Amino acid sequence: MAKVLMKGNEAIGEAAIRAGCLNYFGYPITPQSEIAEYLSRRMPEVNGMFLQAESEVAASYMIFGASAAGERVFTTSSSPGISLMSEAISYCAAAQCPAVFVNIMRGGPGLGGILPSQGDYFQATKGGGHGDYHLLVMAPNSVQEAVEMVMKAFPLAEKYRNPVIILGDGLIGQMMEPVEFPDHLVSTPSDKSSWATSGMATRKSTQRNLVRSLFLVGNSLEDNNRCLKAKYDQMKKEEIQCADYNIDTDYEALIVSYGTMSRVCRTAIDILKKEGIEVGMIRPQTLFPYPDAIVQKAAWKPSCRVVTSMELSMGQMVEDVERVVQGRRPVTWFGIAGGIVPAPEEIVDEMKRVLHAHQS
Amino acid sequence: MARVFQKPKSMTSAHTHYCPGCTHGIVHRLIAETIDELGIQDRTVGIAPVGCAVLAYHYFDCDFQEAAHGRAPAMATGIKRVRPDLLVFTYQGDGDLASIGMGEIIHAANRGEKFTAIFVNNTVYGMTGGQMAPTTMPNQKTTTSPAGRDVTNCGMPIKIAELISALQTPAYVTRQTVIKPKYIIKAKKAIRKAFEYQMAGTCFSLVEIVSTCPTNWGKTPLESIKWTETDLLPYYQLGDCKTPDA
Amino acid sequence: MQMDMMFTGFGGQGILMMGKIIALAALKEGKEVAWVPSYGPEMRGGTAYCTVVIGDEPIGSPIIQNPMNLVAMNQPSMEKFSQLVKPGGMILKNSSLVPVSSHRTDLTEYEIAANEIANDLGTVKVTNVVALGAFIECSGIFSLDLIRDILNQELSKKPALLDINLQAIERGKSACVSI
Repeated sequence: MAKVLMKGNEAIGEAAIRAGCLNYFGYPITPQSEIAEYLSRRMPEVNGMFLQAESEVAASYMIFGASAAGERVFTTSSSPGISLMSEAISYCAAAQCPAVFVNIMRGGPGLGGILPSQGDYFQATKGGGHGDYHLLVMAPNSVQEAVEMVMKAFPLAEKYRNPVIILGDGLIGQMMEPVEFPDHLVSTPSDKSSWATSGMATRKSTQRNLVRSLFLVGNSLEDNNRCLKAKYDQMKKEEIQCADYNIDTDYEALIVSYGTMSRVCRTAIDILKKEGIEVGMIRPQTLFPYPDAIVQKAAWKPSCRVVTSMELSMGQMVEDVERVVQGRRPVTWFGIAGGIVPAPEEIVDEMKRVLHAHQS
Repeated sequence: MARVFQKPKSMTSAHTHYCPGCTHGIVHRLIAETIDELGIQDRTVGIAPVGCAVLAYHYFDCDFQEAAHGRAPAMATGIKRVRPDLLVFTYQGDGDLASIGMGEIIHAANRGEKFTAIFVNNTVYGMTGGQMAPTTMPNQKTTTSPAGRDVTNCGMPIKIAELISALQTPAYVTRQTVIKPKYIIKAKKAIRKAFEYQMAGTCFSLVEIVSTCPTNWGKTPLESIKWTETDLLPYYQLGDCKTPDA
Repeated sequence: MQMDMMFTGFGGQGILMMGKIIALAALKEGKEVAWVPSYGPEMRGGTAYCTVVIGDEPIGSPIIQNPMNLVAMNQPSMEKFSQLVKPGGMILKNSSLVPVSSHRTDLTEYEIAANEIANDLGTVKVTNVVALGAFIECSGIFSLDLIRDILNQELSKKPALLDINLQAIERGKSACVSI
């Protein structure tokens, strides 16, 4: 299929449809409202379902209800809206309901701003809602990758019966880039008859199904949480996605960065290379599961003197970088969280400063 | 010998956990009888609330989902929008529907979502131990209004059926009770009517059922029935508030 | 090779569309391209801008703080952005609304009386397309034929508008002057 020029937000909406998800519940919030606008006109064309809910809280429970009934569903929002959805996300995780959430991040905390940010790393990877659960978290750095991740998200959510969240930022949503919708990422919904409340007649069964998250009796809560834990362990084995840049050189420093920030870093690495300074980059595409071993191996390369986590936040992913580097290299953080995406030159200057401070 | 009375097919044989004198059991039975009569057990999905009926799915033999506090109408919306062929009912108490879930029920009703809300109003938060609800009567003592509900401080009890009926979208909204056989017969008819409107795709339906909570009211079951008649029914008047053709 | 440009003006001048037409042309040429708008309150009648980065390799940072090329459609944007242009770069200003110059000696400046030409064509709505014609002339970025193709494609559902837009792009291209 020929490439088309699309805004990230619209491409995300179209990707879900191409992936076979024809049900969307949502609530407007900048900078992702174009997703709802796009789907409000596009869903009727494909006999799909679009509903604007009265709040993010309601939208997320519509997702829970529809998912529990066995249908593919998704919703999109931005940071403050994801906070409101986090309750339902916890319920979906507990009740093992697959659903796809997209967070086009804006600056926070509070009302924050509407410009790009990566301030929801903790929220997405470490919890967000209450209780012992994880989301499978994917972070695209281009419109094309956002499309592919959305399309992959549905079968992954079904494979693990767990919510998947795409962590984009305002720039990914607002930017236009050429995209194509790969046919090989089209997937068929999985068989949900063993658990979904689809109506006994639908699955030709006399056994009812229950979707619940309350476990009062005996060890049932412990058992459920162990079941969830086993899924997260399996994700760590099977679902890690990661990219790298300039990693075959004897780089003096390693950048770890994801999403929009990683693109700025890529340009900075090119500039540094021209000046004779080699810097490598690891770009996690899944933030949970985190590419522990890959980051560690790259950080421990003998030529590498220092590892820097580059973020559009006040230092969130750096905690994972520190965790996996295990003190074997100094780990620094550089970030901007006021809605400004830094120029590559700022990254160049920071890497020079860091390398100067950590002489061999 | 002919069998003249039996448990509805749509109920399990589990014993309920409800307190003596509580009317949840009667309401459960009326719903199950209706499901049986309409022959819809295999395409019904119920949604349990947070509250005393959180375990309702132990007693209904049909597909069930368990909602977060107040969110059942949003979940019901989710199901009906993706599976309009299923019969969906929420079973909610007054803390659930009239307090934390007020936004969800109003908007679901206003969109005319084609599901049925069974709203059990016993004027208190039952499961959490008898705290004040938006439906608690003036001067009624609860664990969070030990001196009685002060309406200058907390406002008057909310009449949900009337509130929902004020919406312009067509709906079937009625208030019933189950404290005596004559009321039970009417309540049963109302529940059936609500499900029939849903099956025909006509409208949203809400059946409010004024119920008892002897445990948290500090009354015997008989006193509770008497107090319902003398104090609740004059305020929460029975009958249809709104019909789709009106 | 990478080329970047910034289109600036006020909301309603069709600033984002100018960038989009260039981005579509880049796509048609098989180039990599990223189009980034300003968004939020700025869209509501204030300053609007978008940047377009075109290259043969995947675009790294799509955020351009110091563009090589600037199109300034009104005076506030000229004042705000002209000092950001890289030395050796280029500025095209809409002289109808921008009487001032950048006072920069390290770059090339062009002008186009876009509003007057658009009015002359019968509607101020094609001001942006007039300026776009001037931009392809002074930047040499794409051929007139390619931009014509894009206009044909984008306006296929509004044939009534196509003719005037094609006139606008040509008038703009021929009326662009160096200052």
